[in-house]
Amino acid sequence: MVRELEKYLRPGIGVTTYCPGCGEAILMGLILRAIDELGLNMDDMLFVSGIGCAAWIPSPYFNADTLHTLHGRTIAFATGAKLANPKLKVMVISGDGDLADIGGNHLIHGARRNIDLTVICANNMNYGMTGGQVCSTTPVGAVTMTTHQGNPFPPFDLCRLVRAAGAVYVARYAVTQPLPLIRSIKKALQTEGFSFIEALTPCPVQFGRRNKLGKPAEMLKSLMARCVMKERAEKLSPEELKDKIITGEFTDGRD
Amino acid sequence: MPKKILMAGNIAIAEGAILAGCQAYFGYPITPQNELLEHMAKRMPEEGRVFVQTESELAAISMLYGAAAAGCRAMTSTSSPGFSLQQEGISYMAGAELPAVLVNVMRGGPGLGNIGGAQGDYFQATKGGGHGDYRLINLAPASAQEMMDLTMLAFELADKYRNPVVLLTDGFLGQAMEPVIIRQPVTELPDKPWAITGAAGRPKNVINSFEMEPANFQPRVSLLLQKFERIKQNEVRYQGIHLDDASLVIVAYGSASRSALTALKMARQKGLRVGLLRPITLFPFPYQILADLAQKVSDFLVAELSSGQFIEDVKLAVGLDKRVELASQYGGVPLAPETILETIERMSKVTIGR
Repeated sequence: MVRELEKYLRPGIGVTTYCPGCGEAILMGLILRAIDELGLNMDDMLFVSGIGCAAWIPSPYFNADTLHTLHGRTIAFATGAKLANPKLKVMVISGDGDLADIGGNHLIHGARRNIDLTVICANNMNYGMTGGQVCSTTPVGAVTMTTHQGNPFPPFDLCRLVRAAGAVYVARYAVTQPLPLIRSIKKALQTEGFSFIEALTPCPVQFGRRNKLGKPAEMLKSLMARCVMKERAEKLSPEELKDKIITGEFTDGRD
Repeated sequence: MPKKILMAGNIAIAEGAILAGCQAYFGYPITPQNELLEHMAKRMPEEGRVFVQTESELAAISMLYGAAAAGCRAMTSTSSPGFSLQQEGISYMAGAELPAVLVNVMRGGPGLGNIGGAQGDYFQATKGGGHGDYRLINLAPASAQEMMDLTMLAFELADKYRNPVVLLTDGFLGQAMEPVIIRQPVTELPDKPWAITGAAGRPKNVINSFEMEPANFQPRVSLLLQKFERIKQNEVRYQGIHLDDASLVIVAYGSASRSALTALKMARQKGLRVGLLRPITLFPFPYQILADLAQKVSDFLVAELSSGQFIEDVKLAVGLDKRVELASQYGGVPLAPETILETIERMSKVTIGR
């Protein structure tokens, strides 16, 4: 964390719980940069998270009011908090397991109601905190602690799911695309209604290790190579798009 | 010599379930039971049986309900917060009289708590836990061997009484590695003519947990209550150590009983006549055993990893005129034998002075 952003961290925070090479600490910095660039006062914000590695991003690290809730119900808690205090800018930061697996129902209903929340889903493609089990976002064939022969099920396309459910702002970027991701977080914060960003983040310790994806730096490099901006992807053939992850804004509320 | 294998308690549960003929397992990640889920992920497909990592504990309990209704020997495992989430489904299973095994590897609570071992779900597990008038058979292992053996027994009792059975254990026992003698596999599973297996050639079965007319529902609950009485009469299990000459009896279950046993040995070395009563079934609770003990012993010490839950049943059994003290830790902290010993020594001194 750069010094200028330290003011956004709760005093006394020295180290985080993140494993070496975890992308979620990068995401934490990008979220703070977006808040800093918008000049938002964190006292006018509320951060809600569930259970999992990503839920630690705001809580207890952010120097703001944080609500650390039970596993999977994050969007419902945030809905309650927003309705009780509509003036607060409410940001949900949690993981793929929390928001999409156990919390999938609340995710789609939050989007359907189009409640004014900024939801950042840190997608590390597995359950990191509990030791690396399969998730609804794990790619087909990936080895996890509960898919020893490779994951047989296709993952959710979270952006399509949430968009179909009614969200007004939907985007996907990896932490290896810091500038577009910061821009996207700023836009989501400025959009009224349900905004959803899927932030891809490498999990070298639990996911990378078992899938032989190399050291953290190599995982970042391969993520960089796999992510293609939506506009460019439109010009690529299905062959060329194999193993690629399409990133960008999928709706900004105008279509 | 039977084959002994060093294994963690969580793995012993998984292997016990496979030996007992568990045909389907449903679970969701939560610490400190993940090894069990992960071991089942590997072993169940090897055995040609069903493993599903579900999208939530709610899905797990519901899939378990479905598999049990379809006549399968089936199991789910979780830890405290997940067990709370499953309570609605568990109540329905008890109401529908479905046999299944529920493993709760308890951790510190309330709330998210922590991932240390604890026994704070005692009330929830032994008194029902969900809504309505029902009980679950509760088995409390105290070693990796018992993790295997009582898991196998859990499947037997579930089928015998058509009732969910809880294996109530904790993170300390789940993670600790001990030698385990591998038991013989169960080869014959009971017939389940009530199961929903397709109705060809027999009257059609209905599995539900309701009667819209209250007057019709009460007799149904009465039948459940009669069943719980039969369980109380037939299934009480416990272990007694040095009870014959004891002037003070420690009452403890699960991992707390391991600390208690060490404390007992330390106290005996000091010449203190201490015994241990370890309930193996928490429902049915060994009330009568304790009541009989209270005829000749007036000092009881309850050791538990919760802030005074288990002690209530002990007090109920021995009566209010007996001295019952508590040595406990809670919130995921282990109970040191020294803590129990201190209480034993304090109680013994007062007894001598009295």
